[in-house]
Amino acid sequence: MSDLPTVPATAAPRRSGGRVRVSGTDRIFLVVMVAIPTILVVLWVWLPAIASVVLSFARWTGVGGLDTIQWIGTENYKNVFTNYPPFAPALRHNLIWLVFLFVLPTLFGMFLAVLLDRELRGTRFYQTALFLPVVLSLALIGFIWQLLYSRDQGLLNAVLHTQIDWYGDSRWNLWAVLVAASWRHAGYIMLLYLAGLKGVDPSLREAAAVDGASQVRTFFSVVFPVMRPINIIILVVTVIESLRAFDIVWVINKGTNGLELIGTLVTANVIGEASRIGFGSALATIMLVISLVFITIFLSTVMRGEQR
Amino acid sequence: MTSATTVTRRPATGATTAQARRRLTPGRVVLYVFVTLTALAWLFPVVWALLASFRDYDYTSTHGYVSLGGFTLQNYLNAWKQGDFTRHFLNSLIITVPAVLLTLFLASCVAFVVARYSFRLNLILLGLFTAANLLPQQALLIPLYRAYREIPLPLWMSDSGELLDSYWGLILVNVAFQTGFCTFVLSNYMKTLPHEMYEAARVDGAGVPTQFFRITLPLCRPALAALATLQVTWIYNEFYWATVLMQSGDKFPITSSLNNLRGQFFTDYNLLSAGSIVIALPVLIVFFLLQKQFVAGLTLGSTKG
Repeated sequence: MSDLPTVPATAAPRRSGGRVRVSGTDRIFLVVMVAIPTILVVLWVWLPAIASVVLSFARWTGVGGLDTIQWIGTENYKNVFTNYPPFAPALRHNLIWLVFLFVLPTLFGMFLAVLLDRELRGTRFYQTALFLPVVLSLALIGFIWQLLYSRDQGLLNAVLHTQIDWYGDSRWNLWAVLVAASWRHAGYIMLLYLAGLKGVDPSLREAAAVDGASQVRTFFSVVFPVMRPINIIILVVTVIESLRAFDIVWVINKGTNGLELIGTLVTANVIGEASRIGFGSALATIMLVISLVFITIFLSTVMRGEQR
Repeated sequence: MTSATTVTRRPATGATTAQARRRLTPGRVVLYVFVTLTALAWLFPVVWALLASFRDYDYTSTHGYVSLGGFTLQNYLNAWKQGDFTRHFLNSLIITVPAVLLTLFLASCVAFVVARYSFRLNLILLGLFTAANLLPQQALLIPLYRAYREIPLPLWMSDSGELLDSYWGLILVNVAFQTGFCTFVLSNYMKTLPHEMYEAARVDGAGVPTQFFRITLPLCRPALAALATLQVTWIYNEFYWATVLMQSGDKFPITSSLNNLRGQFFTDYNLLSAGSIVIALPVLIVFFLLQKQFVAGLTLGSTKG
């Protein structure tokens, strides 16, 4: 907090050089306003994040005190990659999750936003319908889609005349879950993109129309480049969502039998019977590193916008 | 009211350009059909659940779902009783209300300082808070879970005697995670407030507390309303922390109580639909009543202003 504005003893509050001078009590007030939330976020988010990294180099059952921790270097990581069968499928599932979310609902949501941006009558109805799943939790969405996916009474099997247990059969369940998750994701992306499109200066499109550009051409060579910040935000949102995916598979079968994800492995390693703190932390650190790359991209995009 | 009626009649003569643009070309018909079908497909799962929830299980298992008859409200009564919904809704309330209020208050504090005083720390602070909102929860689980087991609470605060399995612990973790997003949105909003007002207040001798409580917070009411709507939905829907940080099933808020309902509900689909509809109802009501706020809250975060 060394950057707090210095206080001239006599000065009345005034602005100089873009800075606001504040009096003693005001200064204390400002410090408290920043300090309390900062302490909370540091203690609850950043300190655990750092501790995860540190613990990933340890062997610890978590039962005894801190002095029972053994430091074993990178052995946990070696074990993750070479000696832990669920890791490869989990990583693969997370990647499939990302590609699927990106190729289907993300692009479809963007496409819908472009369609809805064209002054349709009844646009309110369309938006409401597409946006509805966004307010539901993914855990609940897992429940609702069971009505369509169930082997005996599910609608899907009735329509297809099949007998597939869509959530239970490891050949199908990841795809079934992804469709359900996409139902929510597309609406979310549609909304973010629509808001972005509404913010595009109409004169750009008019200029393109005057030049005789088709609507498709206008979108790709004029609108899309202008939307760069939103495009990046959507990319980051999709990556982070795929990385944190957890709720829907946990509620179905706790992330087993074809639904393994890195997030469920971490959780199972900690709250299960055999809690392997160091090993779980190594998995958590891998997640942390991947997410930090994209968070940095997100922040730099946003901050550049800030400074404009 | 009188002016409104005249306005609605005017387009017959006035808005020829708008009408020309809206003329139904074959392309536009295809567009309407496509968008309508998509919207109906999107509504389908919820409508299907709604229909199934009013059907009798024995009736639909013999006659199938494409049938008439067997309408009942019994599924709702059974779901409510078997899911112990009274308790779980109460838990959700106990967690959501304080968490949302605290989140908005703390976020307003940080946003106020970030927006009004150009510290060099400004960007770092915003980064610290926003990034916290995006980190995967699972990456923080292990140390947090251990710490929660170690931190004692007096029994009047938590009958487990520790932060783990207590409402306090869950409220705080939700606040820590959500403050980032709200700070980001609120600081953007506060930057748009007119400078002159603060100048005038300072000339009148108003200190920081007055500027914050009397000027900033009232002016931020629209942003706060939008964020409150969003946060109520998100914290009500929060699943992960409640699942891992609550130990006793009767303390689960409604969303994570789904963990324990699977066994009972997945065997009787009409019960499952009724239960799902009940759990969705609070957020659906919020959504239909406050859709504008909800959308505003989300888009404030992604676009500026």
